[in-house]
This record gives sequence, structure tokens and C-alpha cells, in this order.
Amino acid sequence: MKRYVATRIVTMFGVLMITLLITVALVGSNMDTILTQGIVFQVRSEITEDPTIAESFSSVNEFEIFVQNQIDHRIKILGLDEPWYSPQRIGLTMYKILLLDFGRATFLTSDAGSSDVKDIIFEKLPRTILLFTTATIIISIIGIFLGALSASKIGSIIDRITSSFAIISSSFPVWWIGMLMIFLFAFTWQIFPARATPDIPSSDPGYIGALLYHMTLPLITIVMIGFGSWAYLVRNFMVGIMQEDFIMAKKTIGISQKKIVYSHALKNAAAPIITILALSLSGSLGGAIITEAVFDWPGMGRLYFEAITVMDLPVIIGSTYILTVFFLVSIFIADLLYGYFDPRVRTGQ
Amino acid sequence: MSSISPQEIKQEFLKSKMGIAGITILAILVATSIITIIAIPLETFQQWNNPENWISYPKVATPVWVNFFMTEKIPEHMILESPNIETNSQGTISLTSHQFGLIFEYDDFPNDFIYEFSAEYQDSPLLQMSVIRPDGIKLELLSTSLPFSSSKTIHSERIFSTDSTIKKNLSLQSEIFTFDLNELSSEDIVFSKTKTNESLKGKYIFLIDMYSVNSQAQIIESKLIIGGKAFGLMGTDELRRDLAIGLLWGTPLALFIGLVVAFASVTMGLLYGVYAGFKGKKTDETMMRFNDVIYALPVLPFLIILSVTISNSIFVMVGFLMVFGWVGIAKVARSMSLQIKTRGYVDAASMMGQKDSKIILKHILPQLLPYAFASIAISVPAAITTEAGLSFLGLGDPSFPTWGQILYDANTFGAAARGLWWWIMPPGVMIAITGLAFVFIGNALDVIVNPKLKR
Repeated sequence: MKRYVATRIVTMFGVLMITLLITVALVGSNMDTILTQGIVFQVRSEITEDPTIAESFSSVNEFEIFVQNQIDHRIKILGLDEPWYSPQRIGLTMYKILLLDFGRATFLTSDAGSSDVKDIIFEKLPRTILLFTTATIIISIIGIFLGALSASKIGSIIDRITSSFAIISSSFPVWWIGMLMIFLFAFTWQIFPARATPDIPSSDPGYIGALLYHMTLPLITIVMIGFGSWAYLVRNFMVGIMQEDFIMAKKTIGISQKKIVYSHALKNAAAPIITILALSLSGSLGGAIITEAVFDWPGMGRLYFEAITVMDLPVIIGSTYILTVFFLVSIFIADLLYGYFDPRVRTGQ
Repeated sequence: MSSISPQEIKQEFLKSKMGIAGITILAILVATSIITIIAIPLETFQQWNNPENWISYPKVATPVWVNFFMTEKIPEHMILESPNIETNSQGTISLTSHQFGLIFEYDDFPNDFIYEFSAEYQDSPLLQMSVIRPDGIKLELLSTSLPFSSSKTIHSERIFSTDSTIKKNLSLQSEIFTFDLNELSSEDIVFSKTKTNESLKGKYIFLIDMYSVNSQAQIIESKLIIGGKAFGLMGTDELRRDLAIGLLWGTPLALFIGLVVAFASVTMGLLYGVYAGFKGKKTDETMMRFNDVIYALPVLPFLIILSVTISNSIFVMVGFLMVFGWVGIAKVARSMSLQIKTRGYVDAASMMGQKDSKIILKHILPQLLPYAFASIAISVPAAITTEAGLSFLGLGDPSFPTWGQILYDANTFGAAARGLWWWIMPPGVMIAITGLAFVFIGNALDVIVNPKLKR
């Protein structure tokens, strides 16, 4: 077991580093250009603010050289004279990121006004977790019961409806259903707000209520699209287990079908179900980008989307890092849980 | 996993209703794509983002068939391009007359009317525009002389119903109408009953007469547009584009993206997994670690970063989707090949000294083919929705009218808030239908490949 956990941790850390490296590589050159431009701008504006500097030079040439020297000096201090792919710079960048030091955002700010990427991310993260965790929990509860129900009555109307609903709902993109829901419930019948961002400041005591009210429409949409495929998955696991010998034995002993389904079969299906639960929790964070963009939910997904639109690189790097960490941690937990529930996995390797 | 012959698969497949439904939808989609590629000239699709090309179309018009369900008929957009041409010359004066006949059967006034023409002439001919209404009244609309030119010239112009001279001419004829014309626009007067300001149904004839003295003048191009609120099978969007064309072109594009990505990633995954499983030991270990790494990358954030930093071309995107698509299949293929490897005939083949590549290709891969087909079918919808999702975020290839791109435009122009359902519904429905076809096929195959699910 220890060895199993250890290899998992090592792999995870490796993946995290590779993800970071790829992200930094993809945005690195752009980042340098933006930083250099920032320095040039800074130096020029400092000189225009202080007329005595400009007056102390006799010729334009001399002045330009001075400005250039200032710029070069600052570039050197920040280490920008070396290309972004030089080992020291990459090492430093990655070390900083590991310690959650993402630097300052170029354009975006948090609601509280801070431009520190860490502040921005930790302000948005709880909202994404609130929406998507709630949704996933509701989905899994409905899914497990519906799945178990249809597995116990294979071929019944409930089973058929569940299966066909699962198949149909899985081919609709969530964000499109989101657009339709906004169209129907925010504009045609004005029940819910169209934008999921509450319009009162977060310090207001009614903020949480407003947030929950604004959360309803996205929540309904995600649950509506999600539970069908869950039920279908659970059903298929259960159908597989119901054909196992030990279930047959229980049936011949005379234990009631209901008890077999809900206590014996469901327990055996727990391993894959919990794994999928963990995976879909993390998967929902990635999927959050589009869903939050549609509903304008003020979470990580929308932050990521906004950062991409204005090319706010520190925010992009920070969000990718946090998303990856969440993703990896949940894969890790899923792996551990699977090993716990199904001991064959541990001993197999 | 027992081996199933292709014959059996075919038989089983044809027995499943779901499989047949899937194949039928797919056939319809393929037929649509072929018809689109053949029937709609390629230019329309290249002109998708060129506003010049869509100028004579209406803005945000509903589909025409909506009228079928409405008691109050919405005026349809009419583009009349083939007028009745009469030429007449008396002495030095020659007259060219273009007549556009149209039947107006709607309960609302049109949005506007536009006469678009180009004329070849010398000097300065006189252009007169008038309309003969169903009640026989002839309204003078405009009488203007074209800009003077001493040599032969070609002049193009658009006359809009909002033209102030048209309004002035109409108010000069205000005795025909019993109500006050001051607040009304020209089209509301021209198409109105005389007693009340309601639309008058029947046949209208728009007359355009061009008089020229001493020289032959010609109207080369002549087009009358009655701006309506309904157009085409699928309506139009804010940029006046005919949505039917976008939706039709979206079909081959979606099928292309889905099938190429699914086929390539399944092939890659299959080869990778089978090789790892067959080789075993160190090779297997390292290959599976690499697989784990790719598996653990967050796909959507990466696709977004890649499309922003590298390129958003549709072909590059297809490549990126492949890179992330093969991982899961490789895992399953590996475990399957681990099982097949232990069978007697594989051992026998390797004992006989057959090359590894031959054993993999001849003895192991064919066993996995049913599974491969099922996975291809199941991966297609995922590829299509991912591409649509990226396009929806505005990161797609803007030069191709994919369904996601149309939905992105709809979202940018606030289609949901404005109730433009014909802009939002059809692209999503198309995505869903295409996905559904492949999910149906995939599920039908899956049941055959994994007999456990059958009960």
C-alpha cells in the first residue's frame, strides 16, 4: 500500500511539474514581451513626471542613451536579459509558482480591488467549488438511486426512460442548455436572473442569499444534464454485479430483491462509483470554464476565460496551476479510494 | 472477451433499434453534407464573414415557416431580381421601364424597401419610381435625375424607402389617405389601406421608369428588396447572414472534426496500448507512466491556452484534440492485449519466430476491432462538443461557420435576451443530433462487444 501511494505521489508531482513547464513554455515568450514593454513604459513615464532629468542633458542623443541604459538596467535586475527558457529563470518561475506566488495580474483585479493573482484566485475559487460541488453531490445522489432503481427492474419503463434520457442528455452540450435556460427562465418567463453575478457588494449581509438565488439556474442546468449519465453508469455497474455468482447465491437463499440491490450490489459497485464521483468533481472544475462563461458565474472558470480574453498571463498561469492541482488531487484520491475498496488493484502491480 | 466475427456484429447490430436509428441519422447527416458541398457554391462559405455579401438580406429575420403557425402573418423578405422590362422610344425621348410585381399577403408592414440599380447612360436621364397598389391607386414615389456625365458612364445607386424625397412626395398625395401621414414612414404609407393604417393585401407593382433624351440609356442591374421580418428556412442573424447556409456548412465541418479526431485518436490509443501490453515489463511501465501524465493534464484549460498561443486554425485544433483523445483508449487496449497475449495461438506464433509487429497486427489487433469501432463512435460526440465549446468561447476558427461559431455570435449579440430563438436553437439541436447518432451507434456496438450489458 505504501509503495502504491508513493508511486502515485511521485507521478502526480511529475505531472504537476510538466503541466507548469508546458504552460510557462506556451506563454513565456509573450510574458517577456509584456514585461519588457511594461519596463519601457515605466521608465518613460518616470522621466516625463520629473522634468529636471530631461533638462540635465544637452543633446537628444545623450538623453536617449540615458533612457536606454535605465531600461537595460531594470531588465537586468528582473533577469529579463536572459531568455525565458534559460534554466535559472524557469527554475525560479516554477519555484515561485509552487509557493503560490503568481505575481501581480496585468489587468484583472479581485472584487476587493487587489491585483495580486493569489487574492483573485482565492476569492473566486470558493464560488466555483460551491456551485459545482453542490451540483455534483445532487447529481450523484439522484444518479445512484435512479441507477439502482433501474438496475433492479431491468427492461421496465423506469429503466428505459433513464437509459434514453441518459443517452439523449449526454449529447447536449451543457452550455447550450444553459443558453436555452437563460432564454426561457430569465427572459421569456422572468423567474431567475440572467446574469449569475449578484449585483450587491460581497460585504452586504444579504450577499449569501443573493448568491444562492443567482446560483439556482446554473445549478438546475448542470444537474439536469448530469444525472442521466450518472444513473446510466450506476445502472451498468449494477447490472454487471447482479450477474455475479454471489448475488445468484443470495437470490437462491431467498433474500429479497430489494435488499440485494440496495445493500449487497450497491456496496460492491461502490468502488467504481466513488472513483467516478472524484473524477467528475475535478472534471467539473475544468468544464466550469464554459458553463461559468454562459451563466456569468463569478468563479474560477469565468476568471480563466476573462484572463484568456485580455491575455492576463500571470492569472492564466495561476489558474492553470490551481486547476491542475485540484484535478490531480482528485485523481489521487480516486486512485486511493479505488485501491481501498478494491484490494485487487493494490496487489496487482 | 470472446472473439466475434464481423458477420455476427453486423447481424447483432441490425437487430438493435438504437443502432439502426443511429445509422439512419448519420446517413441523413452525410447526405446533407454531400448535398451542401455540391449544391451550395463554395464562395458562400468563404464569404461567411464578409458583410458585403449579405447586404441585401434582412437583419434578424425569423424563419419563413413561422408564418404557418401565426394568425397575423409576418411580412417575408423579398428580393426581386427579374423585372418585366419594356423599352419605348418616341422621337428623341427613349424610355426604359422596369416593373416588379409582388404579392403582399401579410398583416404587418414591411421593414423598408430598397431599389438597387446600376445604369449606363450619357447626359442626365430622369428616373421615376412609382407604385401601383392593389386598389388601383398609383402613388408617385420619386422623380430624380441621375448625376450628369458628358461621356458614357455607369452609375450605381441604392434608393432607400427612408429617402426624404419619397416621404415628401407621399405627403403631397396625402388626400388619398383619410389619416394623418406625418408620423408614418414611407413603407407604412405605401402598403397601407386608405381608411385605416393597416396593411393592404394584394398585388403591388413597382414601376421604375428611366427617360433619356437623345441617347440610349440602360438599366444594367436592377433589384428591388422589400425588407421583411421573415426570411429563408432558418432566418438570418444580426449580421444579415442566412443561417440556413451556416447550419448546412456546419454539418460537413462537424462530421469532419468528429470523425478525424475520433479515428486518429482511437488508432493511436489502440497501437500504443497494444504495444505496451504486448511488450510488458519496463516498456509497459514507462509507456503507462507517460500515459498517466497525459491523462492527468486538464484538457480544456490546455486546449484554450494552445488555441490562444499557437493557432486557432481548425486543422491545428483537430490535432490538439487528437493529442488528448487517445489516452483512455490506450489504457483499455493495454489491458485487453494483456489478456489476449496469454492465449495459446499468440504464444505459438511467437514460438514460431514471428516478428512482434506481425503478431500485434495479425493476432492481437483484429481481436480489438469491435471495441475500436465502439470507441470511435463514442469519441465522435466528445470531439464535436469540445470544438463547439471552444468556438463558443470565441477561440474557434472564425473563417469556418461551425455550429459553435454560430452560437458564439448568438451569444455576443445577446440572442437570448432578445428572444431570437431561431439563432440559438438550431445549432445546438444539430450538435445534439449529430452527437446522438454516434452515441446510438456506439451504444449498440458496445452492447455487442460487452455482452454483460445486454440484459
